[in-house]
Amino acid sequence: MNEKPVIQLRQLAVAACAALLLGGCASTPRNPDDPLEGYNRAMFSFNEGLDKAVVRPAAQVYEHVAPKPVKIGVGNFFSNLADPWIGLNNMLQGKPGAAFSDWMRFLFNSTWGFLGLLDIASEAGLPKHDEDFGQTLAVWGVGEGAYVVLPFFGPRTVRDAAATPVDMAGDSAWRADHVRTRNSFTALRLTHVRAGLLGADRTLEESTFDKYAYVRDFYLQQRRFKVHDGNPPLEYEDFDAAAPRLGGVAAAAADAAVERLELIDPTAAGPMAAAPVSPQR
Amino acid sequence: MKKILSLFGLLFIFGGAQAAMPAPDELVRAVTGEVLEIVRADDAIRNGDPARIAALVDEKVLPHFNFRRMTMLAVGRDWRQASPAQQDRLVEAFRTLLVRTYSNALTQYRDQTIAFRPLRAAATDTTVQVRTEVQQPGAQPIGIDYMLERSDNGWKVFDVVVAGVSLVTNYRGTFAQEIRSGGIDGLIRSLEARNAELASGAAS
Repeated sequence: MNEKPVIQLRQLAVAACAALLLGGCASTPRNPDDPLEGYNRAMFSFNEGLDKAVVRPAAQVYEHVAPKPVKIGVGNFFSNLADPWIGLNNMLQGKPGAAFSDWMRFLFNSTWGFLGLLDIASEAGLPKHDEDFGQTLAVWGVGEGAYVVLPFFGPRTVRDAAATPVDMAGDSAWRADHVRTRNSFTALRLTHVRAGLLGADRTLEESTFDKYAYVRDFYLQQRRFKVHDGNPPLEYEDFDAAAPRLGGVAAAAADAAVERLELIDPTAAGPMAAAPVSPQR
Repeated sequence: MKKILSLFGLLFIFGGAQAAMPAPDELVRAVTGEVLEIVRADDAIRNGDPARIAALVDEKVLPHFNFRRMTMLAVGRDWRQASPAQQDRLVEAFRTLLVRTYSNALTQYRDQTIAFRPLRAAATDTTVQVRTEVQQPGAQPIGIDYMLERSDNGWKVFDVVVAGVSLVTNYRGTFAQEIRSGGIDGLIRSLEARNAELASGAAS
């Protein structure tokens, strides 16, 4: 059972390398976010195999066995251990208000909330934040780099992959000195997180004919959303040629926007910023 | 002068018609509330009875969606190269896929509460974002935002943004890839094949 995904991975990796070489000769442009697509697809299948064989079954057992209050407590406990590091990242991103709020959360929940089993801070009006070192690097101006699927960890950008070890060192749950405690924590947290995603499995499976591409684009969209703290500039273009043309400069600008794709990422200095719109119409 | 007055009269009639159109946030709130109440009361739906779910979605949800606009956004700039007939088939196939996904998600609903965040929009806006939050104990709330566009027969949803991810534009990478390798017809074939496969239950 354990051997199989590895062998599959090797075969896939060989096939992927071949595909990559062939792809290099073909003239079709690849997705600019995903230059490592061949390798990534192979690693994605490997992770999927691992999930199917080990992680999902464990999560299903946990979901069935653990009573609801236990699951809520487990979720709160790990969420609480992560708050000091989230606060530090908020500080590093120049958001001291959010940082102090996170540290207050940790203080409240660790004491009055019985070691974090209860999340009384949220009820007291201190909202939970979602920060990590990858987002801090983004705020500091580090570009995201290519999309890459890591073994075990799953989707990352190169920037976030580089930040992952820092996040692991910073997050208290990973820092327990006692090795067995740490391993149990890790396993429990992973199982808990996976159990929370069980409901989405079928939806994800059925929603598309290319799960790999769907997951990739979902991950990238969501990372960009998080970097902007939930205020991404969503812009919708009108691709319908039948729509009334604005004419002149506006139409040229619209065409330029269409050329540039849909969701405009202000961190990337796109051709929109550089190229002047020429009103030749 | 009479002409101007009658023009004013017309304006008022149109103004009145627009005022009678429910505001976008009220629309989302009403539809969400009604649908979830039905799901909560109906065991067959929560156990995944496809016919019951389809009936509910068809009657209560679909009239408020603009699938043509959704398909256009998912296909992106290649939309312009598609003939009207191809566009119609794309809309039909994508609609089938989205409805199935949405119906699945509905069966997952248990006891989460939906909070509505205040609408920030001017009365003259033709596109608004209605922001909601799905809350459940022990987990972080998940944002679900509905993008709506004003049309002659009410506000229509043209995108759903879950946790910051546009469910419509998220298809763009996949679709562009299909179009690159097989053209618009290739994409239509892939979508229709996927729908057929799901309808026959082979993928579950």
